[in-house]
Amino acid sequence: MSRITHCFTELKRHGKKALIPYLTAGDPNVATTLGLMHALVANGADLIELGFPFSDPSADGPVVQRAIERSLAKKTTLRSVLEIVRLFRTTDQNTPVVLMGYLNPVECMGYQTFTDAAVAAGVDGVLLVDMPPEEGHDLQPIMRKAGLETIYLVAPTSNPKRIAAICKQSSGYVYYVSLKGVTGASHLDVDSVATNLARLREYTALPLGVGFGIRDAESAAQIAKIADAVVVGSALINRIAELKDQDTYTAAELERQTSLIADMRKAMDR
Amino acid sequence: MSEHLIHHKTYDFPDQSGHFGPFGGIFVGETLMPALEELNRQYERLKHDPAFWAEFDYDLAHYVGRPSPLYFAERLTKLCGGARIFLKREDLNHTGAHKVNNTIGQALLARAMGKTRIIAETGAGQHGVATATVAARLGLECHVFMGVDDIQRQSANVFRMKMLGANVVGVSSGSRTLKDAMNEALRDWATNVDNTYYIIGTVAGPHPYPMLVRDFQSVIGREVKEQSMKQIGRLPDSLVACVGGGSNAIGLFYPFIDDKQVRMIGVEAGGLGLETGKHAAPLSAGQPGVLHGNRTYLMNDADGQILETHSVSAGLDYPGVGPEHSWLKDLHRAEYTAVTDDEALAAFRTLTRSEGIIPALESSHAVAHALKLAPTLPAEHVMVVNLSGRGDKDLHTVAAIDNIKL
Ligand SMILES: Cc1ncc(COP(=O)(O)O)c(C=O)c1O
Repeated sequence: MSRITHCFTELKRHGKKALIPYLTAGDPNVATTLGLMHALVANGADLIELGFPFSDPSADGPVVQRAIERSLAKKTTLRSVLEIVRLFRTTDQNTPVVLMGYLNPVECMGYQTFTDAAVAAGVDGVLLVDMPPEEGHDLQPIMRKAGLETIYLVAPTSNPKRIAAICKQSSGYVYYVSLKGVTGASHLDVDSVATNLARLREYTALPLGVGFGIRDAESAAQIAKIADAVVVGSALINRIAELKDQDTYTAAELERQTSLIADMRKAMDR
Repeated sequence: MSEHLIHHKTYDFPDQSGHFGPFGGIFVGETLMPALEELNRQYERLKHDPAFWAEFDYDLAHYVGRPSPLYFAERLTKLCGGARIFLKREDLNHTGAHKVNNTIGQALLARAMGKTRIIAETGAGQHGVATATVAARLGLECHVFMGVDDIQRQSANVFRMKMLGANVVGVSSGSRTLKDAMNEALRDWATNVDNTYYIIGTVAGPHPYPMLVRDFQSVIGREVKEQSMKQIGRLPDSLVACVGGGSNAIGLFYPFIDDKQVRMIGVEAGGLGLETGKHAAPLSAGQPGVLHGNRTYLMNDADGQILETHSVSAGLDYPGVGPEHSWLKDLHRAEYTAVTDDEALAAFRTLTRSEGIIPALESSHAVAHALKLAPTLPAEHVMVVNLSGRGDKDLHTVAAIDNIKL
């Protein structure tokens, strides 16, 4: 059983929902990202979505854009992000890590080279924002053969035909984008998310994660009632943005800075 | 079958899924996928509707002022002492460039789809002006995204857009030029996808944009074919056009693809020289990758990060290029080369003084290459240079280079 499937199975057994923080690797620097990943787990994260930077994040709002700019200013590359995962795995073999980003850095490295390097580093799944299933026909088989889960987005605009096709190509979990817009938008409508998730359930037995617009313990708890996983990005990155570019933060300091995740955990488990 | 849809015997691209060989395709977030499918469906329907093309033709004739002349540049030809140089006068179009051919077509699409809000990205401001113009004419709300650096160097066009009632949104992320304006337009579209039509200004972006923008711009090449038959009794021997995203070039080239004897030459922005890295010439010095919804030649570093580009001409200052040009390059059906800022500026002056035509700095790149190539060719050779736009918008840039304050 893959690490992601095992994670969701265990949570289900305990009647809990997954809490998935997203952070941009290399913001404020590579060493702090590693520390943050451990801090997030300590605060109750079940799975980590680790963003690798791309110069032209056209599906992201200003908060993630700026995190990516900070990361690129530190010359973070896809290879250095894989190195973070490798280091993370030396002390944490349980928490699944999903790489999230745009296709071009992966194309540039080469599909097979990337897949081999990701597996070797201990990556569990990959979500490429600008690679819909239609364009995944070359990369998808390579990743699946190597044991990487392929996670795709479903949006409020997706029609039944698309939803069916996406679910067929997905593994690990399906990521439902809660609203029309970019990351960091704030017009989350829980009722419409519930309606759309119910529709989505008819197409797949995979766990359903919901992201975009979840910003505090309250919205996390609301989404946890209707989904299998809650993804939080921009709200967390706003906290991380307050950190300085130094590599001497203690575990306790990083846990305190990301206490939002502990608050969400508590609210979701209530 | 409408004459607007050209059917080649040996070339039929894009395929059903929007690919030109390995290039093109649809690489966007899921939120936009259904909107692109819907756009494709609507265009596939309308392009077989004679009434759609009749309205397009009417607007081009009576509003844009087409056909644009194919003008024999006699003094420029004498000056070069070789091939006979003809200029396709897209600079004479309403709003001053070829861009309006496309915005007329897409505005008709937007109206047919019931969209009330128009967005666009712009670099030089020509596409922004052409979009604001058609939006004003149809009474549609219009927002134009433009890099703050471009807002600086193309201030006259910014003022024109505002006069036309458009909201010009400054984009200060990334390199603050055309590529960042396009990112921001895509973000806006994902947010307002229900009521918004995105008029992309060149043959880039996700399918079906490269196809439909090409079809609208093909009026350039169709006219050149007719005009050259009428004026010189045969087809030209070579076609020369500047390539930013590649819409004026594909518009000229596309109707000639089956005419294998016609050489097609795209001229990219060589900036300070290809060897300096400060240029905007992905076909000449880049490699395939994925940006802004399609796979194409790009300028990126070893990690796949898009590089900042440089060109004296804002309209060519883009790290990618339309996917069909990538395919024509790999098929060896078209050739691509680059000229430097200095060569383009020299050509700007040469054309102005020899023919009394002030070209856009973008078009000056095509002229610059013609000035190099024509002297090497015999007098029977007929060369058509696409004069994609007029230079009024660039007078500030040229004056600044000459240390003149306007
Ligand atoms: C006059 C003119 N020519 C050429 C271009 C470049 O675009 P394309 O390569 O799509 O023709 C522009 C873009 O702004 C332009 O304004």
